[in-house]
Amino acid sequence: MKVHVFVTLKNGVLDPQGKAIHHALEGLGFTGVNDVRAGKLIELDLADGVTDAEVEEMCRKLLANTVIENFRIERVEAAA
Amino acid sequence: MKSAVIVFPGSNCDRDMAEALRLVSGRAPAMVWHREAELPDRLDLIAIPGGFSYGDYLRSGAMAAQSPVMHAVREAAARGVFVLGVCNGFQVLTEAHLLPGALMRNAGLSFICRDVPLVVENSQSAFTARYDAGEAITVPIAHHDGNYQADAATLDRLEGEGRVAFRYAEAVNGSARRIAGILNEAGNVLGMMPHPERAVEDAHGRTDGRRLFEGLVEAVSQHA
Repeated sequence: MKVHVFVTLKNGVLDPQGKAIHHALEGLGFTGVNDVRAGKLIELDLADGVTDAEVEEMCRKLLANTVIENFRIERVEAAA
Repeated sequence: MKSAVIVFPGSNCDRDMAEALRLVSGRAPAMVWHREAELPDRLDLIAIPGGFSYGDYLRSGAMAAQSPVMHAVREAAARGVFVLGVCNGFQVLTEAHLLPGALMRNAGLSFICRDVPLVVENSQSAFTARYDAGEAITVPIAHHDGNYQADAATLDRLEGEGRVAFRYAEAVNGSARRIAGILNEAGNVLGMMPHPERAVEDAHGRTDGRRLFEGLVEAVSQHA
């Protein structure tokens, strides 16, 4: 089973990379972008039986730094 | 002073640190590979050097903080052994929760490599006892992720408890309250982005970092 973990900076934490991307988009002539926040997508391929609680523990212990980052776990349905 | 330098894959200031320790303490440190589960006996100081441990994968210091040796470092720190984390070592200490806060990408996004003016904020710690409070010193930095951030309550606490050891004298990398180095609650763990080990002998062009190591040697000899 695949799980997507989205790691994003907490609100209020300045995101220098997002700012730079925003600036570059404006440089390309895309004027309608109000704000950009950059984050990470981590895809986990898990064995059967790994619980949500375990995935959350993985996030807290390693995948996200909860001082500055939030995480969101999304289970991905196997492609039909 | 008996010291050890922890070496991770991707550390690149380990030998500079070892040389500074040898020069100031008169004794070469043990070089400890990150896979070791135990540290040498009766250490006075553990140094976590700069570099790019694990290629900065995931976040700077995040993988190194999970290394086997860090359990032993954590135990030693709890016993009162001095721990000095410089640059990537500071990042490792925050990721290992031995120090609060986090080090983010520099506000200007650039890697910054130059001498910077610092102010010694706290001269009461073993690390800073050989400096005067408020003293201006110059020490080189070389980092991409030195932008120290923590929530306002944590920053207030660090300042209120005198745990900001060094501050940048000018805005350098976006660090909250220009923090360049902080102490843990007990005062035996210091993390700092500037490199004192690169300013210990005349050939370096500066020697302002030398007193940090001298202070530790003195503190250790008083304990003995």
